[in-house]
Amino acid sequence: MKIAVCVKQVVTRDWPLRINDSHTWVDDRDASFEMNEPDAYALEEALRLKEQHGGEVVVCSAGPPRVNQVIREALARGADRAIHVEAESLASADGAMVAEALAAPMEEEQFDLVLTGLQSDDQGFAQTGVVLAEFLSIPHATIIMEVQVGAGRVRVKRELEGGWFQWVSMSTPALLTIQSGINQLRYATLKGIMAAKKKEVRLVEPPAELARRQEILMLSVPERTKEIRLFDGAPAEAAGKLVQALKDDARVI
Amino acid sequence: MAINELHNDLRTAVRELCARFPDSYWRELDAREAYPEEFVKTLTNAGYLAALIPEELGGSGLGVAEASIVLEEVNRSGGNSAACHAQMYTMGTLLRHGSEEQRRHYLPKIASGDLRLQAFGVTEPTTGTDTTQMKTMAVRRGNHYVVNGQKVWISRVEHSDLMLLVVRTTPVEEVQKKTEGLSILLVDLRDAIGNGMTVNPIRAMINHATTEVFFDNLEVPVENRVGEEGKGFRYLLDGLNAERILIAAECVGDGRWFIERACRYAKDRVVFGRPIGQNQGIQFPIARAHVNVEAADLMRVRAADLFDDGQPCGAEANMAKLLAADASWEAANVTMQTYGGFGFAEEFDVERKFRETRLYQTAPISTNLILAFIGQHVLGLPRSF
Ligand SMILES: Cc1cc2nc3c(=O)[nH]c(=O)nc-3n(C[C@H](O)[C@H](O)[C@H](O)COP(=O)(O)OP(=O)(O)OC[C@H]3O[C@@H](n4cnc5c(N)ncnc54)[C@H](O)[C@@H]3O)c2cc1C
Repeated sequence: MKIAVCVKQVVTRDWPLRINDSHTWVDDRDASFEMNEPDAYALEEALRLKEQHGGEVVVCSAGPPRVNQVIREALARGADRAIHVEAESLASADGAMVAEALAAPMEEEQFDLVLTGLQSDDQGFAQTGVVLAEFLSIPHATIIMEVQVGAGRVRVKRELEGGWFQWVSMSTPALLTIQSGINQLRYATLKGIMAAKKKEVRLVEPPAELARRQEILMLSVPERTKEIRLFDGAPAEAAGKLVQALKDDARVI
Repeated sequence: MAINELHNDLRTAVRELCARFPDSYWRELDAREAYPEEFVKTLTNAGYLAALIPEELGGSGLGVAEASIVLEEVNRSGGNSAACHAQMYTMGTLLRHGSEEQRRHYLPKIASGDLRLQAFGVTEPTTGTDTTQMKTMAVRRGNHYVVNGQKVWISRVEHSDLMLLVVRTTPVEEVQKKTEGLSILLVDLRDAIGNGMTVNPIRAMINHATTEVFFDNLEVPVENRVGEEGKGFRYLLDGLNAERILIAAECVGDGRWFIERACRYAKDRVVFGRPIGQNQGIQFPIARAHVNVEAADLMRVRAADLFDDGQPCGAEANMAKLLAADASWEAANVTMQTYGGFGFAEEFDVERKFRETRLYQTAPISTNLILAFIGQHVLGLPRSF
């Protein structure tokens, strides 16, 4: 089975975010980066499927040259080779633009299965996967918690609201957007890191007419506000009101 | 792949692995004085402890620079490399001085984790740092050495399959130079314990699995001798630079852990209506400690580069160890002070790391002995011993 995994490089979670001068993105010039978390689970799922069914895992990423870091990480974990659609303009690109950039080289490859993370830790639109499926003209399913592969088909478990799940079956090739926590991530081994040096990373130019379809007008940092409410009445009565407020308004219990 | 890229990838990967062994893991082991079995297994299985073993023998054939990054990141994560660093710094002895047969027999198994070489027996109770005066004797009888004597502070013996043991094969009175007549034996602990070798744990200030060891007619096959008979001291010296650099890196890791914690706490803790870190009495010591940790790191990187380039690096390796051990200790002290009373509470891990990093002033080599090396061998000052 030939499996593609799309990975995105995002700013590390514990990096102190600063907004850039034009208020359109974070100022990530001196940020450290890491693999988008759901993508790491997608990669792990792909590696497990390969271990069960054989085949090949190809990492695909669209972004500026620095994205090479997460590509190497994916190769170190066990992916076989990589396709890097490289362009500065792909930094902080919207989901549709990324999907379009990835679609051409991925189409040629004729993958049986394409896995992406459910959403990205930075923009969180959850669009790249589904738009990519459209570009590739293949069926897709989102928020996947389990994957079973059969002949020419996949059966997948989707996570719904409120603890509900749904099983869906579809023909392959197909695209699945993977939910974090679907599996237990493996560690990159030292041998893996060394072996990654020798694996192929194919650099591809994005289509010439590639452009953003979505523009971020303004980013702002949520303002922290303090609100103090006093509950009066006898202790038991005040406690009762407090509990109610914690349940209904603050929704913390 | 560029060197820096490899180092970054290595750092990221080890950091990620260590993140699965949080503070609470180490804290709980410390309370029980228990060995971090699962951590050592994980690190071994992922191949990081085999960084220095050549590729054809199952390792990754990397240098001390890379090996030191592994240990640094373990300490930087809040853990303690002491549980497994010996395998890295004793490696050179087997690698460079072991016979082809020994290398082929042991190294692939050490690389895969089937065998652990984590114990190194040098120190003795009556002679301490004055290594050449050691009393433990190995007398050759046919195909065996018969070992009698005692060692102290021998760590991880209970968690290792093999031990490199330094013994006298010729009494000090019978050699021309006191550095002659020492030999190195590879003791298979699985056979030895209970058959001429007794191990008693020492309860210590830190969780270090350290022991005292007694030899009463322990038989070690002659084929387990590493290198030539009588040349053990030279082999020992030969491994010291690597050890110094690796330990320096652990100290840098500790130092960075302390600075990170101190900064976080100094920003969060509000007393007198402002974060304590706003007071220069708190801020400046942290800043100074940071400067010293980073400066020590430069010396460590320089020493590692020279070592991996095959150049002499005795001065740099020793200076790196001294600077880094001092910097981590300073950082520990500053962090303790920054945390106020909470520094003493186990749940913040500062007191544990404080105890752990204090060791580097004493072991594997004490600060004075480093200074003696610099004074006598680098600066050519008169010898004191
Ligand atoms: C937790 C722990 C784990 C250890 N693990 C191991 C191990 O696995 N294997 C092993 O072989 N050893 C191990 N050691 C032993 C360690 O290497 C020694 O403790 C160390 O080398 C110092 O030796 P000593 O304790 O005998 O001190 P001593 O040699 O008695 O020295 C005591 C003090 O006097 C100073 N001093 C001595 N001579 C001079 C001099 N000429 N000039 C100036 N100052 C001097 C020393 O610097 C030191 O501060 C361990 C020790 C500890 C505490």
